[in-house]
Amino acid sequence: MNLLELLGYFNYWVFAIVLSVGLYTVIAKVNLVKKLIGLSIFQSAVFLMYITMDKVEGGTAPIIQKGVENQVFSNPLPQVLILTAIVVGVSTLALGLAIVVRISECYGTIEEDEILDAD
Amino acid sequence: MDLTIHLPVLQVIVPMLAAPFVLLLKPRGLAWAGATSVALLSFCIALSMAVTVAGGGHFSYDMGGWPAPYGIELSVGAFSALLLLIVTGAGALSLLAARPSVDQQIEQERQPLFYAAWLLVLAGLVGITVSADAFNIFVFMEISSLASYVLIAGGPDRRALPAVFKYLIMGTIGATFYLIGVGLVYMMTGTLNLADMEARIGGVTDINPILVAAGFITIGLALKAAVFPLHVWLPNAYTHAPHMVTVFLAACATKVAIYVLIRFDFFVFQANLPGHQLQFSLFLLPLALLGILVASSVAMFEGHLKRLLAVSSVAQIGYIMLGASFLTQAGLLASFAHMFNHALAKGGLFLAVACLAIHYRDLRLDQLAGAARSMPLTAAAFVVCGLSLIGIPGTAGFISKWLLIGAALERGFLGFVLVAIILVSSLMALVYIWRVVETLYFKPAVVEAQGPGEAPLQLLLVTWVVALANIGFGLFPQFPLALSSAAAELLLGHTL
Repeated sequence: MNLLELLGYFNYWVFAIVLSVGLYTVIAKVNLVKKLIGLSIFQSAVFLMYITMDKVEGGTAPIIQKGVENQVFSNPLPQVLILTAIVVGVSTLALGLAIVVRISECYGTIEEDEILDAD
Repeated sequence: MDLTIHLPVLQVIVPMLAAPFVLLLKPRGLAWAGATSVALLSFCIALSMAVTVAGGGHFSYDMGGWPAPYGIELSVGAFSALLLLIVTGAGALSLLAARPSVDQQIEQERQPLFYAAWLLVLAGLVGITVSADAFNIFVFMEISSLASYVLIAGGPDRRALPAVFKYLIMGTIGATFYLIGVGLVYMMTGTLNLADMEARIGGVTDINPILVAAGFITIGLALKAAVFPLHVWLPNAYTHAPHMVTVFLAACATKVAIYVLIRFDFFVFQANLPGHQLQFSLFLLPLALLGILVASSVAMFEGHLKRLLAVSSVAQIGYIMLGASFLTQAGLLASFAHMFNHALAKGGLFLAVACLAIHYRDLRLDQLAGAARSMPLTAAAFVVCGLSLIGIPGTAGFISKWLLIGAALERGFLGFVLVAIILVSSLMALVYIWRVVETLYFKPAVVEAQGPGEAPLQLLLVTWVVALANIGFGLFPQFPLALSSAAAELLLGHTL
């Protein structure tokens, strides 16, 4: 595989790196808010993957116009899918933060090791 | 107008649309009544579809009238019908019994919210089961997961909060892995419909993304299904959840994830990927065996009644995966029958725990000593369901263990090793159930019960209905077995 081919997959490399960074953050951090930040990064990587795969070079929004023929369109379906996934991600983050707030009220801390010691 | 063809969609939208209305039912007890009647209605829908499917029928429904590969398809075959029965049955029975326990654990003004979340979990789980669209399954998975985090965190026990946080993190990672896998398959095939994927994967130019997708989907769903060693979220989440929530989720939540895992793998991957059947089998068989042995041994030494039963669930998931990893008609039949029977046994056990919890706030075993003297009927129901979990002849658990042993023996020499492991783990189950029975019946009471006599009639009655169902389906297992057998044929028909 030569350099150009590698660069051609640029978005997918970014996807893989961002995914790993997010997953690492979720696993390695003990602070619950930082874990949620990692989770958000992890999910954003997937959004990038979906958006990348629908892009067709020179493609535009799939709207049929009079007098325009042979127009190349990008695939709109992954964008619709990922819009749904973004909504899911936002609700997960909101619920996660709500749980962190309640943990903070009940335990007085949001560090995972201190919570484990408290029980 | 013929309503029958709309049953698959009604199955989902009835609980989903009812949830916001339940929120409005502020007066005491109304929210419970509303949610329960909706859950019972769902159960009736599932039952009527199961009867049709058991008679050789099949439901297919195009959402919005868009035909299948383009629109979203809902389909109910034998496998989905079995799962629908488990999910709606668990939802309806646990809601029927829920009121006394929920009144004790959840404040009055928050109860409408609690029951609305319950219906959303139900809607999500049945949505996963009826959907034939890979992305739709993801969305329903997140609906049910988000609502079940709310349910688990809703109780008075503060330890539920770190537990549910861990569940949220691991559940989201699992769902996102599934999403990556679906994305990769879509990238190569251009379709989200499971049946259409199956048809198109054979023609893709590069098989590597599909292989990666199979890995992501298997791991993601195994996380959701709490397959050993990805089960670490389960014990604490089930232990500290409100008691009725544990009944509901322990009976059906992980099984739905197993259902998607098996269905996705058999429908989409096995027919098309060379050597995938062997990989599936070699990957899951050791995990299943380890799960059975490790979780059973942990349960033997566990001191908290709810955690003991939760850890035992991990071992039971091992049995289900073991049957599926055989990839034979007999193995799948045993696996599906065990899904049904374990839901009965574990649901019954957790119902008995909920009865005990009415009078005993602390559910550690040493605190429960002598409880059978003040609550003899509850303890007896626990014994019946416990026997079913162990697999004593005459109970439902026996049927599936027997089928599993039969399926294992088809494997030649390896089969004898497997049978030995199944027997050893059944003995372990005997040990941990006996520890509870011994504590309840034969130890002198340490703590006085906080109220006199038995659990409230409503709770006790449902517990006994489930306990008797354990015996009933042990003596007359025809109906679940017919569905399981048809489901196994359906899945294997796809791989041939």
